[in-house]
Amino acid sequence: MVTDLKDGKPIAGASVLVKGTNIGTQTKADGSFSLNAPSNATTIVISYVGYTTQELLIGSGGMNVSLVQSASTLNDVVVVAYGTRKKGDLTGSVTSVTAKDFQKGVNNSSEQLLQGKVAGLQVTSGGGSAGGGSKIRIRGGASLNASNDPLIVIDGVPVESNGLPGSANLLNTINPNDIESMSVLKDASATALYGSRASNGVIIITTKKGAKGKVKFNFNTTTSAGVVGKTVGVLNAGQIRTIINNDAAATGINTYKDLLGDANTNWQDQIYQTAMGYDNNISASGSIGNLPFRASLGYLNQDGILKTNNFKRLTSSLSLTPKFFDDHLAVNLVVKGSQTKNVFADEGAIGSAIYFDPTQPVYDQKNEGYYYGGYFEWRQLNHQGVFDSAIDLANRNPLGLLNLRNNTSTVNRLIGNIQLDYKLHFFPDLHVMVNLGLDDAKGSGNDNIDSVSATNYKTGGRKTYYQQKKQNTLADVSLFYAKELKSLNTKFDLLVGHSYQDFVTDVFNYPSFSYRPIADFNHPEKKDTIAGTEQTFYTDKPEYRLESYLSRLNVTIANKFLLTASIRRDASSKFSKDNRVGYFPAFAGAWKLKEEFFKNTTIVSDLKLRLGWGVTGQQDGIGYYSYLPRYTRSFNTGAQYQFGDAFYSYLRPEGYDANLKWETTTTSNIGLDFGFLNNRISGSLDFYKKKTKDLLSQVPVAPGANFVNLLTINVGNMEVKGFEFTLNTTPVKGPNLSWDLGFNISYNKSTITNLLQNQDPNFKGIDVSGIGGGTGNNIGKFAVGYAPYIFNVYKQVYDKQTGKPIEGLYEDINRDGIINDDDRYYYKKPAPDVILGINTQVNYKQFSLGLSAHAYLGNYMYNNFNSGATLRSIKNPINFIGNTGVNYLETGFSNAQFLSDYYVENASFLRLDNINLGYNVGKIFNNKASLRIAGSIQNVFVISKYSGLDPENASDTGVDGNIYPRPHTYSLGLNLDF
Amino acid sequence: CAKKLDLLPQNDLTPATTYSTAEGYKSVLAKIYGGLASTGNTGPAGSSDIQGLDEGSQSPFIRGFFNCEELPTDEAVVAWNDQTIHDFHNLKWSSSDPFLRGMYARPIYNITIGNEYLRESTDEKLSARNITGADADDIRKSRGEVRFLRAFNYWVMLDLFGKSTFITEDDGIGTYLPKEISRTDLFNYIESELKAIDADLAPAKTIEYGRVDQAAAWALLARLYLNAEVYTGTAHYADALNYAQKVIDAGYQLQPEYDKLFMADNDKRKDEFIYAINCDGLYTQSYGNTTFFVHCASGDDHNEYGVSGGWYGYRGTSALANLFPDPTGVTDQRAMFTTSKYGTSASQIAIGDISDFNNGLHVNKYKNIRSDGLPTSDVQNNFADVDFPVFRLSEMYLIYAEAHLRGGGGDAETALDYLNKIRFRAYGQSYGPGDVGKLTSSDLTLQTILDERARELYWEGHRRTDLIRYGLLTTSTYLWPWKGGVASGTGVDSKYNIYPVPASNLTANPNLTQNTGY
Repeated sequence: MVTDLKDGKPIAGASVLVKGTNIGTQTKADGSFSLNAPSNATTIVISYVGYTTQELLIGSGGMNVSLVQSASTLNDVVVVAYGTRKKGDLTGSVTSVTAKDFQKGVNNSSEQLLQGKVAGLQVTSGGGSAGGGSKIRIRGGASLNASNDPLIVIDGVPVESNGLPGSANLLNTINPNDIESMSVLKDASATALYGSRASNGVIIITTKKGAKGKVKFNFNTTTSAGVVGKTVGVLNAGQIRTIINNDAAATGINTYKDLLGDANTNWQDQIYQTAMGYDNNISASGSIGNLPFRASLGYLNQDGILKTNNFKRLTSSLSLTPKFFDDHLAVNLVVKGSQTKNVFADEGAIGSAIYFDPTQPVYDQKNEGYYYGGYFEWRQLNHQGVFDSAIDLANRNPLGLLNLRNNTSTVNRLIGNIQLDYKLHFFPDLHVMVNLGLDDAKGSGNDNIDSVSATNYKTGGRKTYYQQKKQNTLADVSLFYAKELKSLNTKFDLLVGHSYQDFVTDVFNYPSFSYRPIADFNHPEKKDTIAGTEQTFYTDKPEYRLESYLSRLNVTIANKFLLTASIRRDASSKFSKDNRVGYFPAFAGAWKLKEEFFKNTTIVSDLKLRLGWGVTGQQDGIGYYSYLPRYTRSFNTGAQYQFGDAFYSYLRPEGYDANLKWETTTTSNIGLDFGFLNNRISGSLDFYKKKTKDLLSQVPVAPGANFVNLLTINVGNMEVKGFEFTLNTTPVKGPNLSWDLGFNISYNKSTITNLLQNQDPNFKGIDVSGIGGGTGNNIGKFAVGYAPYIFNVYKQVYDKQTGKPIEGLYEDINRDGIINDDDRYYYKKPAPDVILGINTQVNYKQFSLGLSAHAYLGNYMYNNFNSGATLRSIKNPINFIGNTGVNYLETGFSNAQFLSDYYVENASFLRLDNINLGYNVGKIFNNKASLRIAGSIQNVFVISKYSGLDPENASDTGVDGNIYPRPHTYSLGLNLDF
Repeated sequence: CAKKLDLLPQNDLTPATTYSTAEGYKSVLAKIYGGLASTGNTGPAGSSDIQGLDEGSQSPFIRGFFNCEELPTDEAVVAWNDQTIHDFHNLKWSSSDPFLRGMYARPIYNITIGNEYLRESTDEKLSARNITGADADDIRKSRGEVRFLRAFNYWVMLDLFGKSTFITEDDGIGTYLPKEISRTDLFNYIESELKAIDADLAPAKTIEYGRVDQAAAWALLARLYLNAEVYTGTAHYADALNYAQKVIDAGYQLQPEYDKLFMADNDKRKDEFIYAINCDGLYTQSYGNTTFFVHCASGDDHNEYGVSGGWYGYRGTSALANLFPDPTGVTDQRAMFTTSKYGTSASQIAIGDISDFNNGLHVNKYKNIRSDGLPTSDVQNNFADVDFPVFRLSEMYLIYAEAHLRGGGGDAETALDYLNKIRFRAYGQSYGPGDVGKLTSSDLTLQTILDERARELYWEGHRRTDLIRYGLLTTSTYLWPWKGGVASGTGVDSKYNIYPVPASNLTANPNLTQNTGY
């Protein structure tokens, strides 16, 4: 008999299973059940949606059990700024994703686990390179020239996520298998405690810890194979021959015809490979004596689909969480060490494979392997009249680029912290927490180009060593005080803290060396140093510091009203004494409507209204010393001036703004959290508005007023508006079959509202978004009244009969009879209006099937590949034949028309990110272990009208050059718990 | 803890440390001179002085000056498709032109850092920093040089934009809005500065190569006065003639062979060069100094330019070729238009398609090849050693002759003699068979001088100024191929005699005003 503990009523439809078997039944309407258990069975498991699962020893007679209503997910603890909070008590806009909901399959980098899972979060991988990074944007970002990246905090340590030489992406040094949960803090009331670095949101990563109990082991292994999907549509050898021959017949000039080769080479097939990946992880957690611990080791070996590209990662982590003095002192020690080894492929090969003449062979039979490692290269006469000089500006053999360059790096990183949390013996309401953290990363590498490579044959190859270290130390001291005032039916807790963080970079610069004994015959004393690569300074040590005071008060009244007020005072060494200090306040309130109005109904399991307001700052992405007048010595020997017979290096005064300070963003947020039917339907809806002022913008300053013509100063305003809606449902939940379906949608609109100190109605904005082709062409603008990076283009005129664009003919928008720069207009923007994420998971007995997908709507892209597709690109004026996109067959353009709106395309898309199928084998090895097998396909397909390779592009500018294609990855994994 | 937030960079210097030694001053002086040769603090590119523009093509002085002074004329067209580059030859540029933005920014940048040097090198500051003796004397001299360079940069503004942002050492550094100076006031300022520094500058031909002396100031005055009527409405031909004569009297000599003036070791032509911008293939690398000349003009024939590869860009028009008795250079050796790949037949010179490098007159004037046959500095032959002559003696001869004809005094015999010195060299230390090259008094006309200037000074940044002085740049009186964007040439609006003030500058500084018509 199964009943509800609270009211004693019978529960119908509860699942009753013999533990460790498939043998089971369901309770009847009166709560009764009967079951024939095998003789060796000892325990049954009783479960029902919304109630805590119970185990019961099998007795002979009637068995009665009362189930307790589970507290539901509202009691889940969510990691927030400087602490944790129950999900039901959150006042800010925070989404937490735990390990079970992470993206499945092979993910080299932690942020990819969140792809499509959180409304308002955009994670875009830069491409398919092994270990490569992603662009992360929360609510579209609030900055223009300063960084738009969120702050990332790992176990209480804000970490370095900016680049390090040798690392494709610093987040890839964290093993995704060690991550327990990730919290995405979106509105200011959630982030304001991070003050001057919080405007673009915060992602808090919490790693797995050990729990008291028997030591458990987990081993998992995944093998994957990535294959190239779509490649860029280029002309084939036959088409090139036809075009060149026709052109020769028409012009009577055989220059290019004579250059045609006899081969039929598909260069893109030549450069790609099947990328194998192997990921193995083992961990142990539990306690030894009274010492809870978790230790893990992981090893990933991942190839890229571009030949030669490889990423290896060895990670280890250890956490110790002992308690002392009758649990008054809790110690939390976490150390994560990793070593990544990269083999970077020369990604120039991707563009080169697209543009290289398909009529030429990979290997040059004519040159007997002597020149350029045997690879076919476009050559011309050298000074001695020998036909052996690689043409300077010609395309290079893609395989030569890949195989004649050896670019490897090693990145070692240690992130560790120790937290001492002491509950005062004489005053246990108060506890003191000290958090000492360290993030130490060192990158070094060798970028060597073979002496026979066409790119560097003149210098006899090139050997370059590089090294950089980053060290970031943190010391936090906080006091927590919590008290319940029963008489007032009020609880409150107060935090007061001080934080000090120091960021040091050690830069080591080295010259490049030749493989020849003497690289410069004019200067034999320099031996094999390549001329012009000598460095003025061989070391540099930029450093910046941040000192903060922070405080937060949470008040809960009658379990209905939740109030949070916080303030942080930041002082940063990036600004002068007068501008160094800033205050970042935030207030938030929530009203638990459930408690107020729906207390006695089970239909509504949660309903809460949230209101938040706060001020945050941004100071990343600007120089460490931008406010100081200073002089810089010329960086190398190539920038000097001759007086008499001697050369003098330059000392240049640098531009500065003594009044520089951080930009500030004020965010208002209104949100509703809801849950129905025991939270089988739950979700939240948020509306937000962010106003950024004093934008750190690089703007034109009055000529002559400063040492630069574009200076980063605090000018400009931006407004971001949007909404987010998340819905998680469990349409089916039974003992054998369950189905979860999650959906999120977010709409975001960013508008630049001011860019100038001195208003000017004729101001056309600031050029951004440089494109490839020509020199110095920009396709986008920062313009007032428009979204950042809006495309600024000419309006293409089309032939009425054929519908084809007419070369060089644009609409005279201002009707002045001249087509010039004034006729460019603002047209579309790269950022999406709407982002959708869909996740679903079906469990049937031991099987599970999951799908996840995401979509962008309203994002546009400039197809830089098509815009270079011209006859000129085939008949290159520098006397070689190139290839070009099939778009040339559409336009027939002779010369590139880079600034035409014809090349701005709708890049809305839907991508099925992942299909995964799992099978829970259950107990094996005499019940000593349990096994799960899973297979997945990542990047299954993309649906889009966009004519280029991939409509999802990590650049803010929306310029689609040659991206490293994202592979379709098939993987198979085993997970063993023992 | 608060003190710990005062951090200083490890390698960068504060103003106090920069100017604590004479070497520090000299390195800043090198930067001010180098502002005309380099584009930034990394050679050839990488840390540009000018932001937001293409460093190699839009921020350099020599390349920008060349684009502004030569591309709108009969002397140059370009095949490339870089942004608005075709607007130059088409004579239809707008105030949003990025090349013009760069060419406004570059002289003003050079002036701004010059002003800083003048602020930091006063006698009070030198003595406060214990810099005395020969070091202090040299720094005092350099103040005159910096004021010359400031005047030269202002002259560029005067000539191109007709007015300028105006800042001197009395203005500071910040985000304030500088004043604008009118064309006449700017003319007067340049004139007064050039006269005022005479006492500070070294006597002609006495200072180390690369630095300027009194003769440079005179030469700029001569050029300024020759164009005074255009600049201010008031003629100053007598002054032009006098200052040209002053330079000539200072002991300069024409080098015997014209072609050696533009080769990699042209730093040896000190006797003819009054001021040259020093470039070096190893130490002063830029994509916009003379490296640009040798690459932009070459194609498959790049070996004849002494570089490892051509950029297939710039050529001249048939109008330039037609100024020579024959474009092959057999008679007048200044016609350097023939290489192994490109010839001077009428069909080759004719430009059917501006974008086709094969059409046009291929100018092989600048060469990164040493006249003594030794290797150049850059073993890879990417960067040129050629120095860019800003003032040469022959320009002074031509100014004398023109100023004389325009009523500036002097005498016809001297004028003719000066012109013939130039002709004698041009024909190979002779006047050619039957003295065909020699001018007679009947040749002493303004048209002859304009043509002679083109023959002697083509691709040195004079043509636009000359055509304006002669009233020929925008009018229909003189047409050349593709003038105004039409194959046969057409006249354009007279507003194109002056470049517009870049719109972004008007936005940044409301004190600036736009030129008429833009």
